[in-house]
Amino acid sequence: MSEAKKYPAPVTNPETAAFWDAAKEGKFMIKRCTACGEAHYFPRSICPFCYSDKTVWEEASGEGTIYTWSLMRKSPTGPYAIGYVTLKEGPSVQTNFVDCDLTTLKIGQKVKVVFKPTDGAPLPFFTPA
Amino acid sequence: MTIKGKAYIAGIYEHPTRHAPDKSTAQLHAEVAKGAIEDAGISKDDVDGYFCAGDAPGGAWPMVDYLGLNTKKLRHVDSTETGGCSYIIHLGHAAEAIAAGKCSIALVTLAGKPRTGAMPPRAAGAEVDFESAYGATTHNAYGMCAMRHMHDYGTTSEQLAWIKVAASHHAQYNPHAMLKDVVTVEDVLNSPMISDPLHRMDCCVVSDGGGAMIVTTPEIAKSLKKPLVRLIGHGEAMKGPRGGKDLDLTYSAGIWSGPRAFEEAGITPKDIKYASIYDSFTITVLMQLEDLGFCKKGEGGKFVADGNLISGVGKLPFNTDGGGLCSNHPVNRGGMTKILEAVRQLRGEAHPKVQVKNCDLAIAHGTGGLLGVRHAASTAILERV
Repeated sequence: MSEAKKYPAPVTNPETAAFWDAAKEGKFMIKRCTACGEAHYFPRSICPFCYSDKTVWEEASGEGTIYTWSLMRKSPTGPYAIGYVTLKEGPSVQTNFVDCDLTTLKIGQKVKVVFKPTDGAPLPFFTPA
Repeated sequence: MTIKGKAYIAGIYEHPTRHAPDKSTAQLHAEVAKGAIEDAGISKDDVDGYFCAGDAPGGAWPMVDYLGLNTKKLRHVDSTETGGCSYIIHLGHAAEAIAAGKCSIALVTLAGKPRTGAMPPRAAGAEVDFESAYGATTHNAYGMCAMRHMHDYGTTSEQLAWIKVAASHHAQYNPHAMLKDVVTVEDVLNSPMISDPLHRMDCCVVSDGGGAMIVTTPEIAKSLKKPLVRLIGHGEAMKGPRGGKDLDLTYSAGIWSGPRAFEEAGITPKDIKYASIYDSFTITVLMQLEDLGFCKKGEGGKFVADGNLISGVGKLPFNTDGGGLCSNHPVNRGGMTKILEAVRQLRGEAHPKVQVKNCDLAIAHGTGGLLGVRHAASTAILERV
């Protein structure tokens, strides 16, 4: 593919708007519960672990390691690699790997967040660190 | 309180079609309903419970009307939607309803045409903005599970291939199977890579078609002419990334649904003579066998190798109709056909070349959704009486 892949714009909602506002500033946010201390992703207002409503936004390092991946060899928009990244902060997040040779991805490999534009807020992806 | 022995599968029907350009989806539902009703030897006006999932056009109320069910008698409906395992969950729910006296003759239908018609879009949950752009499909979601399973346990593509090989050995005897050729491990490994590490032959077929069953009380089942098959244990469960904590894609919700079903049945995996295991992909089977307790976690690769799943050859005959890998996968939902082949085995109605001798205990297990993302699992233990 010569042209940049077109990604759908997030619809966003009141619960997640702060994530997308921060993404526009290049910040990758997670939610942390101040009651139990656990971080989670994607962000919820109620902690999925202890059900406290004392969850706060936290800027994540954007660094992590590949938990798993799979390279889709063909699609209408060309090959793409889906996977999960386990963030330094703990939670594992679903993503695509970009800007690299997709055939050389390895479980355990260090990666960092990179944002790609949409018609709305940018979307987080990961690329080898 | 238990459903053990309180519900019998008295009628089954699997649509012979795998390609139905000239039929409507509702029509396929009606054809499988008619088939199961006739197999049971009852009248459609006797049906007082109806179960369907997301493949039924418009859901329960248009289907009840279209099928011409007797609305003076119909007193229980359930449209639980859990993807491919919906129908195994329906079987358990039908047994619960029957045990509670809420219905006495339940009809469950599945049908659709992914080859020749549009598939309904998958419903989006709260995660949509955080996942939809990444293109999770069945292939790559199961590919992610296989990749991590290989990493953690040393599972190999050769071992996964044995699952397809076993399915193909069975499919050669099924006149309706889409893929009837016996294949080798090399054939699987040489087929094109679809989504690493899954090859084309690690993937199930896409087929039109459907299936249906009649679930009823012990008294009614005994008044009919079919061999008696009853449900003695049932489990259902769900699993997802749950905020991303301790993500582990090497096991499924079957790790919970399986033990629930075995405990209710009062048996163990060693007692099972025949296993219908959802085979959307080879990795689906391997993980389910581990999760259900047929072998230890991580030893699925060794368990499935060398023909151990081939009827008459190995220790655990599985998917003797050829399963989703070779026979059919109506509407991309394999739960119903898993039950149907298990009932055939228990009735002694499987093809003679794959019929398990003295088959008195069988398992039908399925998953729905995406194993690598969010999914449900359901397990049914069936007994010939």
